[in-house]
Amino acid sequence: MLEVLGTTVLTLNVNGEDRKVVAKPSDTLLYTLREELGLTGAKPGCENGDCGACTVLIDDWPIKSCLMLTVEAIGKKILTVEGLKNAPIQKAFVENWGFQCGYCTSGFLMVCHALAQIHPDADDHVIEEWLQSNLCRCTGYEEIENAVKAILKKEV
Amino acid sequence: MDYISRIGVSTPRKESWDKVTGAAKYNGDIVTPNALHAKILTSTHAHALIKLIDISEALKSDGVQAIITGDSFPALSGPMIEDRPPIAKDKVRYFGEPVAVVVANSEEEAMRAIKLIKVVYDPLPVVNSISDSIKSGATLIHENLGEYHCPVEDVCPQPGSNIADHMKIRKGDMNKGWTESDIVIESSFSLPQSDHLAMETRNSKAEILPNGNVIIHTSSQAPFSVKEELSKIYNISEGNIIVRVPLVGGGFGGKVAVDLEFIAYLASKTVGGRLVKVANSREEDIASSPSKIGVEAKLKIGATKDGIIKALECTYYVGCGAYADTGPRMAKAIAVNCTGPYNIENVQCDAITIYTNHTFVTSYRGFGHTAFTFCIERILDQLAASLGIDPIELRMKNAIAPGNLSPTQDKLTLSNTGNLVKCILRLKEIMNWQEGSRIITDNGMIRAKGMSCFWKTSTSPTNASSGVILTLNTDGSINLNFGGVEIGPGMKTTIAQILAEKMKMDIDKIHVVMDVDTQTTPKHWKTVASMTTFMVGNAVIQAAEDLIQQLKNLGSIVLKCPPDDLDIKDQKVYLRDNPEIYAPFKDLVHGYQYPGGSSIGGQMIGRGSYIMKHLTSLDKETGKGKVGVSWTVGAQAVEIEYDPRKYTYRLLNAATVIDVGKVINPKTASGIIMGGMSMGIGLATHEEFLYNDSGILENTSLRTYKLIHFGEQPKYIVDFIETPQIDAPFGARGMGEHGILGIPAAFANAISLATGFNFNKLPISPELIWKTMTGGRYDTF
Amino acid sequence: MIPFDFEYYKPTTIEEAVNLYNKLKSAGKKPIYYGGGTEFISMARMHNVYTEAVIDIKGILECNIHELKNNELTIGSAVTLTNIAESNFFPLLSLTVKRIADHTVQDKITLGGNLAGTIIYREAVLPLMVADSEIVLASINGERRVPIMDAFNKRIQLADGEMIVQVIIKDNFITLPNIHVKRTKNEKIDYPLITIAALKDNNKIKIAFSGMCDYPLRSYIMEDILNDNTVSSMDKKISNAINNIPGKVLNDISGSSEYRKFMLHTMIHEALTNFEEVN
Repeated sequence: MLEVLGTTVLTLNVNGEDRKVVAKPSDTLLYTLREELGLTGAKPGCENGDCGACTVLIDDWPIKSCLMLTVEAIGKKILTVEGLKNAPIQKAFVENWGFQCGYCTSGFLMVCHALAQIHPDADDHVIEEWLQSNLCRCTGYEEIENAVKAILKKEV
Repeated sequence: MDYISRIGVSTPRKESWDKVTGAAKYNGDIVTPNALHAKILTSTHAHALIKLIDISEALKSDGVQAIITGDSFPALSGPMIEDRPPIAKDKVRYFGEPVAVVVANSEEEAMRAIKLIKVVYDPLPVVNSISDSIKSGATLIHENLGEYHCPVEDVCPQPGSNIADHMKIRKGDMNKGWTESDIVIESSFSLPQSDHLAMETRNSKAEILPNGNVIIHTSSQAPFSVKEELSKIYNISEGNIIVRVPLVGGGFGGKVAVDLEFIAYLASKTVGGRLVKVANSREEDIASSPSKIGVEAKLKIGATKDGIIKALECTYYVGCGAYADTGPRMAKAIAVNCTGPYNIENVQCDAITIYTNHTFVTSYRGFGHTAFTFCIERILDQLAASLGIDPIELRMKNAIAPGNLSPTQDKLTLSNTGNLVKCILRLKEIMNWQEGSRIITDNGMIRAKGMSCFWKTSTSPTNASSGVILTLNTDGSINLNFGGVEIGPGMKTTIAQILAEKMKMDIDKIHVVMDVDTQTTPKHWKTVASMTTFMVGNAVIQAAEDLIQQLKNLGSIVLKCPPDDLDIKDQKVYLRDNPEIYAPFKDLVHGYQYPGGSSIGGQMIGRGSYIMKHLTSLDKETGKGKVGVSWTVGAQAVEIEYDPRKYTYRLLNAATVIDVGKVINPKTASGIIMGGMSMGIGLATHEEFLYNDSGILENTSLRTYKLIHFGEQPKYIVDFIETPQIDAPFGARGMGEHGILGIPAAFANAISLATGFNFNKLPISPELIWKTMTGGRYDTF
Repeated sequence: MIPFDFEYYKPTTIEEAVNLYNKLKSAGKKPIYYGGGTEFISMARMHNVYTEAVIDIKGILECNIHELKNNELTIGSAVTLTNIAESNFFPLLSLTVKRIADHTVQDKITLGGNLAGTIIYREAVLPLMVADSEIVLASINGERRVPIMDAFNKRIQLADGEMIVQVIIKDNFITLPNIHVKRTKNEKIDYPLITIAALKDNNKIKIAFSGMCDYPLRSYIMEDILNDNTVSSMDKKISNAINNIPGKVLNDISGSSEYRKFMLHTMIHEALTNFEEVN
């Protein structure tokens, strides 16, 4: 049985590297990524699972890191926006003006990236289902739609 | 890469790659392990006397360094009326108002401690709406309204009332207008308060150094206001305050008010100047920090049977919540533009700023223009229906034209206003208006189109100014430094495009200082009012000209010719009649060195500035005067599919045609317009603050305060008309806010047309439609 | 940011989990069983829940079972909503869970977590109710397998220290004609104004509701009215059913009770019509 009773040094696999972090059971993954590892690409927007700005991938699937305890991520593969090395979605966002202020961008990128990996043939319905997990206040979403469709069509 | 013109060319934001890699740093992203954390205890009452605040238990809680209340450093703040204590003192005036601040070693220790503070309130009657507030004998929200200091001369609170200000427009002769009218229509309108909802919640850090310098790190649209207001209220020399603002995660006006910066400063002060961080949770950002105005309005409009508008009388009550902030300025913006972009000779408008026990307000995208646009554009549709004229036709007949006078009797020109008729005609084409605006489809749905025109001017202070400094690197590239904050619209890049064009050089050789530091960045009034490209653009043109002159002067010595024989391009100063004779920038910008070592010239620094010109304060009785350098006009439409069985709707298309003078960056420009339209759809369909009977805000999270999600947006169509504004950089007018302006009106017009009922209240939810059409009882089914 | 500390345990067997609960409870640690944690974390941040020990059940084999075997579909309480939707063994349940929260959060919310949640909607229970499912509960006193209609009265009725292990659905239910309709105030990603899940079993409609009252429910009285073939007018039947809702109709900022009833009427109408068309 795994037990974490208080502040502990844990090993997390982040962006392909094993990283040691100091965390306690009540720390959220978002907090540990940002404050312990300085990976501030994942943003706090609501800390309530509503906005998606903190989305990271856990074992290839999008997860809102504000709603995950750090201890739950032990033994899992964590991918943050900092670990996206020239993923097509990044270029697609730049080329399609998929952001303005950029605060929601990391979260959208992670969802789009995961979608393209898991459902490369996603239709409009699936795209909508996945991307409705995130909020953007600056764009009209159309630019983001164009970006994700560009990578699904392998135009980027 | 050599120079290619960047004006009218879609150019990705300078910070694009930072934003898609997580490298872009916002204020909260700078990890500061040494920082203490402040957490704010907020009021649980909308209106109450504070009888007692017992902090004794909280002080004993682990990790607590200090606790401050309104009595700790009493002061009043406010840009128009100094009516707001940053921490409530003696009484609270809205649910969510800061009551005490805990400073602790960690955020969680601060969170734990605020729960241990005991506050005893003595509840007062709650002024829960604008109509409550203006009733005779209404409970007073500010008992000492007459004693407040007003830093601006034209805002006058009325003691013994809940009126923060009363703005008047009197133009023409109302009696004449009504006499000439064959038809008169009256209607009432209502728009609720709502939230800016930038994805980044407000957050600030403060520290006070041993030398007395106060360093504020904040997410703000107005770093220079932070400096000036802190200086004024807490009596600190301006030079000792340094405000630093990195990229901002959305503003929409909400980060104009100085808010958490006060709290962070006081928190730092109370712990000996240590670095203290304060960040709003989403719930606090909604309930505690300032929001959008609410508006109640009555309009009366008169026209001839041919549809020529002869008179407009309107009363706007602008609900500013518990504190005025920029509320009176938004009321002014409503009054001075109340006709919309139509020529109406006889106008009477009263715009009255009203206190309530709701969240206080600040600037919001559109700065009041969305509210009056909703009212005027709805009543125009009602007028069109009564006259049996097509709504587009009615607008064409009355569209503002050169030579007409604005409500403040300012003369309109093609340059300062643009071409509304062109916008309308283009919109008509885009929306396929001739097919009809209400069509019943085969499956029993109703497809309906509504439209709206808009205009907006800046209503800035008459002395709003901007500055630009250009410094140079030894390779001849330029560092561009100005005080506009990058809140999203990409104006750091737009200004770089303007500079590249003036310098005829590769934009990649222009390095933008992305962050703002009030100690080293030249002041820009505020990143508001869609004025950054216009103001900073003019300043950067001047700075470029200054630099070019320096380059030519030194070049004339080096190239042995008069300066006027020289020109610049591709980072070279060259002889116009023989471009092969040139000196590269890199040999000039840090002084020219002759063979042998002796040097002349010295470092070049380009400087430019701009100040609004010819603006005046307004006549107190008639409102006569000049409020902005220009207007931007446009026309918008929304097409919906309405389901008459379910009383629900779907958004199909939304279009904007706007006369921007000149499009500098097409993709950025249409993105900003679409974003505005998206917010407008939010206001039209979803967004409102819901207060219960005790004035408690009930929808403070994103579970209950809903934004539209991906996939629910209509298809957006954005098109531009380019009628240059002569005094603007390359002719470009302001356009940052404008996408929002007419969308709620166009949507309401479409719904009203589809249902046959008038919808004059926002937001329009399916339940509202159902209630309006059926009376709202299930058994009427 | 959770403003209090707790211990974290991730047992690998049911026995370990229930004994741990007992031990931690005796030690005064107010333990809770932890599934996806989405509700716990968001409530903890707002000081609306407190514990000194969480027992994460995601490491327990039985809670992760997700299989169709021996005419029974077994879904462990730690199976995520995404997993249910992607596997799609029971289409009505898939449709229902695909409309809970949003797609990303569905990969964190577990079936057990949704059933045991504090938030009043608990939509995942609706398909289980109409499919006459059973639920397996465990405590230090052992396991019990009970019909969901008995275990669920407004909310899941758990004895102290009892945890949800699995849900079991008879396979004959999973292929029945079914309909799921969810209506919200205005935005698709929202709590339901009303959600209905219904099955047609031997010409009888079985239907359950969320958002109608402040708890999910399946009413046999309402079903009898809707299944009464002596009444020919569909509208009359529906009105009659709505007049017999066994509880107070919810009235809040998402929608008034009158509007909810109206909405319910149109939704039941849609469901009945849909089933008729299937015939």
